[in-house]
Amino acid sequence: MDYFNALALITNFIVIPGLTYGSQLALGALGVTLIYAVLRFSNFAHGELMSFGAMVCILFTWLGQSYGFSFSFLPTALLFLPIAVVFCVLYCIVIEKFVFSFYRKQKADPIITLIASIGVMFLTAGLIRFIIGPGDQSFNDGVRFIFSVKDFKNFTGLEQGFGLKTTQALTIGITIFLSISLFWFLNSTKTGKSMRAFSDNEELALLSGIDPNRVVLVTWIIAGALATFAGVLYGLDKIYKPFIFLQMLLPIFSAAILGGVGNPIGAFIGGYVIALSELIVTFAYKRVLGYILPENLAPESMMQFLATDYKYAVSFIILVIVLIIRPTGIFSGKTI
Amino acid sequence: MTYWSRRFTVFSIFFTALFLVGLFQSWNVAFAIFNICIISAIMALGVNIQVGYAGIFNAGIMGFAAIGGLAAVLISHPPVTETLSIGGFSILLCGMMIGLVAAICVFLSTKLQLSKITRRLLISLTIIIGLFFINLIGAPAVEKIEAFEPAATGFLGGIGMPIIFSWIVGAIVAGFIAWLIGKITLGLRSDYLAIATLGIAETIIYVLKNEDWLTRGVKNVNALPRPVPYELSLQESKWFIEFCERYQFPLVETSSIVVKLCYSSLFLIVLFVLFTLFEIALKSPWGRMMRAIRDNEVSARAMGKNIKARHIEIFILGSAVVGLAGAMLTTLEGQFTPIAYQPLRFTFTVWVMVIIGGTGNNYGSIIGGFLVWFLWVEAEPFGLLLVEFFTSPLSETNSLRVHLINNAAHMRYIMMGLLLLLVLRFSPKGIFPEGR
Repeated sequence: MDYFNALALITNFIVIPGLTYGSQLALGALGVTLIYAVLRFSNFAHGELMSFGAMVCILFTWLGQSYGFSFSFLPTALLFLPIAVVFCVLYCIVIEKFVFSFYRKQKADPIITLIASIGVMFLTAGLIRFIIGPGDQSFNDGVRFIFSVKDFKNFTGLEQGFGLKTTQALTIGITIFLSISLFWFLNSTKTGKSMRAFSDNEELALLSGIDPNRVVLVTWIIAGALATFAGVLYGLDKIYKPFIFLQMLLPIFSAAILGGVGNPIGAFIGGYVIALSELIVTFAYKRVLGYILPENLAPESMMQFLATDYKYAVSFIILVIVLIIRPTGIFSGKTI
Repeated sequence: MTYWSRRFTVFSIFFTALFLVGLFQSWNVAFAIFNICIISAIMALGVNIQVGYAGIFNAGIMGFAAIGGLAAVLISHPPVTETLSIGGFSILLCGMMIGLVAAICVFLSTKLQLSKITRRLLISLTIIIGLFFINLIGAPAVEKIEAFEPAATGFLGGIGMPIIFSWIVGAIVAGFIAWLIGKITLGLRSDYLAIATLGIAETIIYVLKNEDWLTRGVKNVNALPRPVPYELSLQESKWFIEFCERYQFPLVETSSIVVKLCYSSLFLIVLFVLFTLFEIALKSPWGRMMRAIRDNEVSARAMGKNIKARHIEIFILGSAVVGLAGAMLTTLEGQFTPIAYQPLRFTFTVWVMVIIGGTGNNYGSIIGGFLVWFLWVEAEPFGLLLVEFFTSPLSETNSLRVHLINNAAHMRYIMMGLLLLLVLRFSPKGIFPEGR
């Protein structure tokens, strides 16, 4: 019985939050990696794009709520997510037209494009703070739990239990659905194949008649949509804070590099690896060990590797380890 | 000589703008802006030698500046004897044990011919032993130190030396961190360096926010000693009162302006020294070699230059200058606030300064630092004016108007972004192109 209690604790505090957070990171990392694969630069503005998408969604959700819209037991924000996707994609296309296309046609050094993306980041961050303000926004409504810790305890009779929030289930489900559709799109459709070809060898792709503008456009559409989903799901699951998205840039990039930059499957897996290791390293194992170990060996300290505040530092440590041991990432990067 | 007229024009535009601020806002504000302008210019100089001389992209400026700030605390704050007697010894012991273990690890891995896997195992073992010591000796001591009068102290304090020394110490420590991170990431693709430095900066800030025994964390360290006289002591001193009476200056305002001028002159000395050194370096064989490496790595390597070593060298140098500027900033503010370190404010704004001024040109970095900081501060009143102008048809209590006026300060981000994008697009060489 004690083992089940320990397992329930780990599920509640590591597995479920880890998978949720991992999904959000995976969506972000997929966007970063796609941009890298096709446009060949690290997009520092990606965090702000996520924030932008989430902001539009919040604004429309408020508007909808004031007209009495609701989505029964699901968060109302889901209803307005498609509109937010459209806005974010339009924003991406505007940026591409006015900023990035110039450097792409010039074949500028990736670092110059990166600096341009910092300019976009500044601009977007300013717009967001100007429109919605720098404060926290909570926009989650609907039923909070699919089943709570209490339900689980009553159901199984265990001392410890785990709950599943609606937003957690939604995040994981939507991420898996989106990723599978993305992989299917990249592998099976003509546009997807042309994107892969373009990423693999630009010159050859151009020679075989692939329209670069179309490939770039599709990439931005996908990246914008993924960013919106990531931002909205993160905001629903936790809380929407404009400045948090700059902090999320680090775990997102770590996930992309860990998986191999430019490799979508790598980015997907990298997101989960980063999220789970953040939680594994910062979780206090005192109670878990209390169940597993015999009583006289039960630990007195918290049995924590790192304080919870160092969550983001973990992704940095992983990044450093990857850069030392295998800079190309788990799956060798730079193909999509 | 034509370059000089251009430089003269641009700098006089800046000083005219500053003069107007002094005239219309107040001289206090003008000098406050100018002081941070100088610090920004020094930071920009540090970043400029990395990106302009060697093409290294450092996205961790915030971290190096914070290290400088920490140095200012540790050097200048008087030691807190109570906490030192409670936990000082344990912390010292813990540090020494970790140092010893690390030294053994380094010794073994350099002296013995270890295979790659054994070396990695050795490093992992070192880290585990280090964590063990931290938990066994460090953690209880830290708990006791942080529990001691947390509202007033709750940290070890510094060594109570004059704060000016921290400028050098901050530079050295920042340089050391840069060496560590450079060892790992230089030689890889430039994007990786950008992301890794972004990471090191965030990590440094987390450490500063959370290790209360060292920095008091988010409780901040206030009232650091100053290298210049205090306003109050000036206001009480006889000669100063007489001086003010003779020229009919308001006493309080003049005293704070004089203090700011003292800071300005200290900072200007540092700026001048660094600028001269960097100009000499730029024109020396070393500077030519750096530019050769930047412009064509392959042929530089063919000429027998050790590119990675040179890159680490310049990365350390630039980061040390940023650390120095960080220490100066904390000296000026007189307090150390870890939450004030925001990447948009520190890292990316410094980038805007370097790009706008012109990469590879030291005059450019200085004017970039001056102008961008000036705009950064003045964007707030200017943004407010703009918002009030455009929303003036709306009523005073209109919620949209109130909301926009409240958020007008964030115009500065929009302005920075636009400025960066426009300069990068239409005048990528900046105000003073390289070599001019």
